[in-house]
Amino acid sequence: MTARRHQPANTYPLYLIPGAVAFLAVIVYPFALNVYYSFTNWQGVGSPSWAGLANYRQLMKDSQFWQSFQHSLAMVVAMAVVPTVIGLVVAAALFDFVAKHFGSKLAAVLRACFYLPQVLPITVAGIVWSWILAPENGSLNELLKAVGLGGLRQDWLGDPHFALYSVMAVMVWVQLGFPVVIFMSGLQRVDPALHEAAELDGTSWWQRFWHVTLPQLRPEIYVVMLWCTIAALKVFGAVYVLTKGGPADATDVPSYFSFATFFEKTQVGYGSAIATVMTVLILALTVVGLSFQTRAEDAR
Amino acid sequence: MVLPLLIVLNNALKSPGDYSAHGPLALPHGIYLDGLKSFWTRVDFGRVLLNSTLISGSVALAGVLLSVLNAYAIGIGRIRGRAWILASFVLANVLPQEALVYPLYYLSKQLGLYDTRLSLVIVFSVIQSAFGTYLLSSVLGAFPREIIEAARIDGANSWQVLWRIVVPVSRSTLGVLMVFFFIWTWNEFLLPLVLLPSNDNQTVSVALGVLQGQRLMDATMTNAAGLLGALPAIAFFLVFQRTLTRGIAVGAVK
Repeated sequence: MTARRHQPANTYPLYLIPGAVAFLAVIVYPFALNVYYSFTNWQGVGSPSWAGLANYRQLMKDSQFWQSFQHSLAMVVAMAVVPTVIGLVVAAALFDFVAKHFGSKLAAVLRACFYLPQVLPITVAGIVWSWILAPENGSLNELLKAVGLGGLRQDWLGDPHFALYSVMAVMVWVQLGFPVVIFMSGLQRVDPALHEAAELDGTSWWQRFWHVTLPQLRPEIYVVMLWCTIAALKVFGAVYVLTKGGPADATDVPSYFSFATFFEKTQVGYGSAIATVMTVLILALTVVGLSFQTRAEDAR
Repeated sequence: MVLPLLIVLNNALKSPGDYSAHGPLALPHGIYLDGLKSFWTRVDFGRVLLNSTLISGSVALAGVLLSVLNAYAIGIGRIRGRAWILASFVLANVLPQEALVYPLYYLSKQLGLYDTRLSLVIVFSVIQSAFGTYLLSSVLGAFPREIIEAARIDGANSWQVLWRIVVPVSRSTLGVLMVFFFIWTWNEFLLPLVLLPSNDNQTVSVALGVLQGQRLMDATMTNAAGLLGALPAIAFFLVFQRTLTRGIAVGAVK
């Protein structure tokens, strides 16, 4: 007689049920509705009337929409490119200068200072910076006056020539901590023997940075660039509190544009089309970015 | 990096007269707390703090619970189609909230959940669990299988294995996730702005953002707002600094 082995039923799929139901209700169904709305004319009351591709056709001709996308590119520079570049230098400096000469404790404290803006609500950053950048009595203008550069005082957020750059500068401040933290933990992974060998060969700090640190950090650089670019394309809160897209649309971004179209102009169909185009771009970027990253990692 | 916050601290403690006489860069001539008090009462700050804490705390718990259940099926159960399921969670994680905001607004009105804190707890628990599932699935995928098999041979069913073995062993990762969910939810702006319009239900983030949008505050009160808004985040940051910096690196590079 053979002992019958007790085979428990596979119950694992059951654990997915709560998550799947919630996911369908909160993400999939609303997203499908959004896509549906984008093919309709709808003010949010009454029933939507089918409009086919009219919203998308109008979007293609809408200069405000294209302009908001140009500002998105500016945000990618401010939130992904600049923080990555500065973050690399800061992380390398903290890691092999500050930590070596002043102790790893100080390096950790400084890292925490860089990271702090990342945990502040964006509205706090907005309040702080719009007061610092204020035209009358703003700290930046007062500081310029105090050091004898009073002629450079500006209405930093209210002047269409400067507003976008001011918002970009604030975003660099907000964003910098993320790459610093990631790069510093990446540097801990790098074999110290590599650095020591380079040091013995008498290379300068910059040479080591270029030839040892940078190539070693390539996976982290991909990750940071990808996530920060996605975050830049979605930026909303900062624009809302700093400028509300103004002055004269100088800082408008797609997400603020869609928000205003939904809730101020109540053109729900048009707003949904903007949101759908944003989604397609972001998802495409993610898929391309992730496959690029996987390939790069496989090639190592 | 901390300089802007120090300037705010400096000016939150000044009287309006001191501020206008000496400007934002001078040190305060005496400590003045009325700015903080008047800001506190004006936005009913105690109430918005409570709202933020309740909402973020519930999301941290519910979001982690959903993530654990999903990740248990995917990482340990290795259920069929898991690659596709995981991919859809990743995509949901990068989906812009703008593409959900109007339908969520409309649906919450139809379901009678509009302007309730519950609506936000539900929405963010699901949104955060998209990231949590992604992260935890890979952590649980590497879970030592011998332990699970040993427990199964001893007659434990999958529910018991989950709660008696997997959850206790993964507790530190779950802790990191909870901290993240709490802070992220605390800082969210768009969906709370749309789903919680009334003063009674507003979160710290939204209360500050709306006030700033109206530009009704004088300089003293602006600084009081900046200081009081930053304090809970800074306190939380100091407590969980290590967890956060370690967790962010793990989460991003996974």
